[in-house]
Amino acid sequence: MPATWWLKKRVYFMFMMREFTAVFAGAYAVLLLVMLGKLKRGEIADFVGWLHSPLSITFHLVALAFAIYNTITTFNAIPQVMPIRIGEDKLPAPMLIAPNYAAWVVVSLGLVFILTRPLS
Amino acid sequence: MKHKRSNEPLFWAPFIAGGGVAALFLPALIFITGIAVPLGWVDASQLANAATNIIGRLFLFVLISLCLVHWAHRFRFTLLDLGVHGGRKLIAFLCYGAAIAGALLAAWLTLW
Repeated sequence: MPATWWLKKRVYFMFMMREFTAVFAGAYAVLLLVMLGKLKRGEIADFVGWLHSPLSITFHLVALAFAIYNTITTFNAIPQVMPIRIGEDKLPAPMLIAPNYAAWVVVSLGLVFILTRPLS
Repeated sequence: MKHKRSNEPLFWAPFIAGGGVAALFLPALIFITGIAVPLGWVDASQLANAATNIIGRLFLFVLISLCLVHWAHRFRFTLLDLGVHGGRKLIAFLCYGAAIAGALLAAWLTLW
């Protein structure tokens, strides 16, 4: 099979995009390692300066799109991957999916709130 | 019937945890470092403070390690999907090796 098979159909392409989300998750983890390294050496201001650069902002915007795509596809797949049965009945898909979105909203707002609050 | 014991769960258990952690936390974190910082909502001292306190450090250690394992496990199969069929063992070794090295680096940077 040619290496470009995934460009032939939209569903194949979206499958491959989901695969690529892990590449961005890994790249972002490396970025966090760089941040921790800079922090340890007392050079966090350099790193924050770099975060303002067009290169950084471009990377983050692309990585954010992939991260959100990963979140949505992961949550929506949960009823297929981890079905829960009560007796004979399968728990309806929305009941498995919705709590994850709720947790995502709470966690995201919580993180942004913690990070953006002024230091006392 | 004899069952051969597989070491696969050792790799996919953290992978699933990694997928979940990435799904739940990464969008907000990427938003913070990529958009909130350039917009001036978060400054260097706030970022340093969050990454220095013990909860932040433990959180970053777990998050970084799991994201790297998540990457390693999926990237191995992405290469297969892209038609790289040779050197499967070497690729697995390099992927998981890089993830473990990164996790150790994260441990050193956060816990010491």
